[in-house]
Amino acid sequence: MKTALPLVLSGLAAATLSLAAAHGANLNLPKSIEAGSAFSIPSAGSGKGTVYIVGPGEALKREIQLGETTTFDAGSLYNAGHYVVVISGGASADTGSFDVVPASQPANLSFFAKPSRLPVGLQNGITGAVYTFDAYQNLITAPTPVSFELSNPTGATQKRTVTTRGGAAWTEMDSSPQQGVDKFVARAGTITSTRVIGQVPGDPCGISMTARPSGKQIELETAPVRDCSGNAVPDGTIVTFTENYDGAQSTVDVPLKRGIAKVELPAHSGARISVASGVVMGNEIRWGK
Amino acid sequence: MMRSLAFSCAIIAAASNLGAAQPTVLVQPPSVQGPRTLQEQTQAAVIRNYLQSWESFSAAFEHNNAALLDSDFVGTAREKFGRTIQEQSALGLRTKYQDHSHDIRIIFYSPEGLSIELTDDVEYDVQILDHDKVQTTQRVRAHYIVVLTPTEVRWRVRVMQADL
Repeated sequence: MKTALPLVLSGLAAATLSLAAAHGANLNLPKSIEAGSAFSIPSAGSGKGTVYIVGPGEALKREIQLGETTTFDAGSLYNAGHYVVVISGGASADTGSFDVVPASQPANLSFFAKPSRLPVGLQNGITGAVYTFDAYQNLITAPTPVSFELSNPTGATQKRTVTTRGGAAWTEMDSSPQQGVDKFVARAGTITSTRVIGQVPGDPCGISMTARPSGKQIELETAPVRDCSGNAVPDGTIVTFTENYDGAQSTVDVPLKRGIAKVELPAHSGARISVASGVVMGNEIRWGK
Repeated sequence: MMRSLAFSCAIIAAASNLGAAQPTVLVQPPSVQGPRTLQEQTQAAVIRNYLQSWESFSAAFEHNNAALLDSDFVGTAREKFGRTIQEQSALGLRTKYQDHSHDIRIIFYSPEGLSIELTDDVEYDVQILDHDKVQTTQRVRAHYIVVLTPTEVRWRVRVMQADL
């Protein structure tokens, strides 16, 4: 015999199960409840019984009085997932199932931003990906807008708003023209997560050197080495001076110091001297003659 | 189309070598958002590792041994499942999960390569035992959403939850 029982509200619970129970039959449970909501489950029959609510996220077991409604306080069941419900105690068990769904309000963002350091002026050089979670660390799978904002010390910002799909959203940003430390912020609702992106000068844009005699040596010195956005290339970057004379070649690697590279080479009349850094070639000087 | 079909068959064949009662596995062509290209080897590894995670998941819940989760789960999934196993153990409960079929599709590969998300329309039996007495056995069809992250030698499950 099937007996429909009304849902009994659990005190001030905002979300409750609306269900009916029949002893020895399937429980008529709602499809879902929100994570952390209070709920109650009525039972049929009489005497002592046990209610089980079991899923991969949680396991609850409670001794109950059959025929009465069992109330579960807010926060009792908070991990999203599928739950099996069993009420045992009579000749046979009542069974059913329902889903716990994530709360809709983001409470935590998992924010991957890459890279943490990159050259200036790279198109789509910075990527950000976000997973949105509720207060119980459930992945919020309902579409949720996420805004990404990359700002540099000069105040320039890039903004994108992306709606999550399956709890995930991503974007790409250009690195700034100026070197410095940018803030990369992801925001969903009132929750933000910030990453710092270091933007360093790119490769030298060009190298220019001058030469002057210094006894039996030639003193070579570059102009301050800059990238194509005008940022000083970092000290320590290697600049290579090469002297070709009478079929012989000598090469000297010099790190930039205070933005310039200096070296002395033997002064051979007719020598050709070139300068380079990485793949960037500078000017060439023919000494003497 | 032929390529994805061949891939699906390869996965099924790989799974069938793992043991007797293996689930059927269907792998849908990826519907990946993001700029990063998903290589076939990556997809194969992710799905292989995900299917293996169901084995350790089942064993851990059946034997109330959370340590069995360690090879396949990290982060939130490891913590939540580990906590549930502790609860089960304290209550005298065990649960047996037996997966019968998977219908898997990769939906997100994060741009920096540090996470992959997939959906799985999975069918499984769950049996609840209280002090070794069976309370119920139910056939469940659920839509799972799963996030995996790469670790030293394999992809491990970081988020795994049934979704409506």
